[in-house]
Amino acid sequence: MTRRTLPPVLLLALLAAFGGPGRAEAKLRVVSTLEDFAALATAIGGERVDALSLAKGYQDPHFVDAKPSFILQLSRADLLIVAGLELEIGYLPPMLDQSRNEKIRPGSRGYLDASEGCEILGRPSQPVTRAMGDVHPYGNPHYWIDPENGRQIARSIAARLTELDPAGRSDYATNLAAFEIRLNEKEKVWTSRMAPFKGLRIVTFHDSWPNFARRFELVVAAQIEPKPGIPPSPTHTLEVIQQIEAEKIPVILVEPYFDRKTPDFIAAKSGAVVVPFYPSVGGLPEIRDYFSLFDHNVEAFVTAMKGRG
Amino acid sequence: MNRAQIAAGALAALLLVPSPGRAGTDNDEVATLSALVAKLAAQVEALSAQVAEQGEQLRRLSSQPPVEATQAATPQPPPPAAPATAAGGNYFNPSISLIGNFLAVGGHTPIEGLPSSDLRESELGLQAVVDPYARADFFLSFGEEGVDVEEGYLTFTQLPADLLVKVGRQRAAFGKINGLHLHTLPWPDEPLTTVNLLGGEEGWIGTGVSVSRLLPLGNLFSEATVQVFRGDAEGLFEARRRQDLAYNGHYRLFADLTEATNLDVGLSYGYGPNGITETSSTSLAGLDLTLRWKPLRTGLYRSAIVRGELIASRRHGEGGSDDRLGWFLSGEYQLARRWSVGARYELADAVDAPERVDRGQALLVTFSPTEFSQLRAEIRRRFYAQHGTALEGLLQLQFAIGAHGAHPF
Repeated sequence: MTRRTLPPVLLLALLAAFGGPGRAEAKLRVVSTLEDFAALATAIGGERVDALSLAKGYQDPHFVDAKPSFILQLSRADLLIVAGLELEIGYLPPMLDQSRNEKIRPGSRGYLDASEGCEILGRPSQPVTRAMGDVHPYGNPHYWIDPENGRQIARSIAARLTELDPAGRSDYATNLAAFEIRLNEKEKVWTSRMAPFKGLRIVTFHDSWPNFARRFELVVAAQIEPKPGIPPSPTHTLEVIQQIEAEKIPVILVEPYFDRKTPDFIAAKSGAVVVPFYPSVGGLPEIRDYFSLFDHNVEAFVTAMKGRG
Repeated sequence: MNRAQIAAGALAALLLVPSPGRAGTDNDEVATLSALVAKLAAQVEALSAQVAEQGEQLRRLSSQPPVEATQAATPQPPPPAAPATAAGGNYFNPSISLIGNFLAVGGHTPIEGLPSSDLRESELGLQAVVDPYARADFFLSFGEEGVDVEEGYLTFTQLPADLLVKVGRQRAAFGKINGLHLHTLPWPDEPLTTVNLLGGEEGWIGTGVSVSRLLPLGNLFSEATVQVFRGDAEGLFEARRRQDLAYNGHYRLFADLTEATNLDVGLSYGYGPNGITETSSTSLAGLDLTLRWKPLRTGLYRSAIVRGELIASRRHGEGGSDDRLGWFLSGEYQLARRWSVGARYELADAVDAPERVDRGQALLVTFSPTEFSQLRAEIRRRFYAQHGTALEGLLQLQFAIGAHGAHPF
């Protein structure tokens, strides 16, 4: 063996000496990009699945770092649930390649795009350019914040889990039925609580709430971002203040990962109130599942509106 | 006049034509019939207008894509994989992107330095899945004086034993910085470690095969990579014979220390012919460390990175060997959503006089209007051991168009 062939041989021997990541697990390993999908997978899969999320509920889902530790989690996954609509385009594709896990590649049974079958709003009806800001050409990706879309996602998850784990068919069906019964009951409560505010005009920081607003018949009159993903400018901030004053808009909804400085300034000048609104499970410790996500937001909205509007 | 109007007119005309058997009818009867006919004609006219309007609506609906306002609350089919086009001919075309990198430089330098202004690089990226087993990534680098294939490789993503294989021209996985494209560097220029020890500003780019494998240590990410390249790399390796090859080995360990903090450590070893004699070689060893802090809740506005790299080089020749050493330490702090500041200290043995040391310091300010454009200013002071001191200001403008794939972390 020559001196030049020694280093690669040694390195290859080192490679061979280590074992690959173990895959043999009794439970289905579900990895989702959002905590909402992990919560739904847990609700449907029960004891038959281990579900975890890459992004945290209090993190901006548009800007998630492609950490190598995620690659390891993906390499061990049996099912990957994504929001789709290019929400994860900034970090997921290279990690999927590096995961070496053919089971969860797009097109395979272990890859579930949760947007399938959901009501997607904001699909552009004309060509998009980046002059419009960080627009999503396939539609607004914040669709899960709508109980009816939550129902559809739960059904999709149940169907896919059944496909991957036929032995759990009855468990998944039972859990799905229980989920839907509870969702029906909760929807009545949420709808009743939000009923007094039908047609109310609101301001949001980012365009995260079209589905929520549509479901509860609110009207998003303006956004603090002049365009999606573009930080507020002084001119636009002034316009929003004037609009709030002119239209007597009572609330500004702000996601937990945005700086409160501009919303608080607008609120102070216009008389509106800033309401922290959580787009995902895990945004607060008490938002543990899909139901408590709406419980919290609906109650926060109702509380903020007391004595207003 | 449309078909419905013609029909209404014809009907009215038909009704107004006197019936042969009714000749001699009195005037009152004629007047009554005329009024009835007029009323019917008006109704027919209104109905024809309504039919025409509905026909027009149908034509409009069939010729327009569905819009949000018309969407029903019923489940919808999944979105198409690409925006619908009239022909659909772009469906399988690769993602195309172009990244421009303009650099303006002022100040004085004792060496042949960067020009006063330069469209230093325009990186054209072409990326697509080839088939169920592989994807292809091409990055063509256009300078003002020519074009170069910076990288062009096929990645086999579905191999057994958790292997990932890349075949083609690619940046060597030696250290952290060498693997980065120019537009992803945290500075507008390359550090002295790259320039003095890895063959020049381009760094080490090889043509050959790369094999990497995940080697998890419990829940810690760990990966080993072995690369075998042709024995030529500009300024670094030179092969006299076809069988003279260059090799690189890289080991990476990544740990999440907390939710917001992580540590990335890499060890590298490179080896290749240097062309001084038929059997002489250059070996390289490297250590890279990156410590990141980015709180998840406020990560849009605050983050920090400290990174450093140490590279040792041993160049064998006829009269023995030259040992060289270099390192840099750099830090960036994001102080607002669009603003960050940074600093770098660098030191490396000189290219032609390994017993002497080049060193430099730099301060940076970066403004990023969006994730697709960036303006960066750097003031750097470099002491070149053989030539003297340079004090320069660099202003870099970078911008991206098209769908550029995400870069590895």
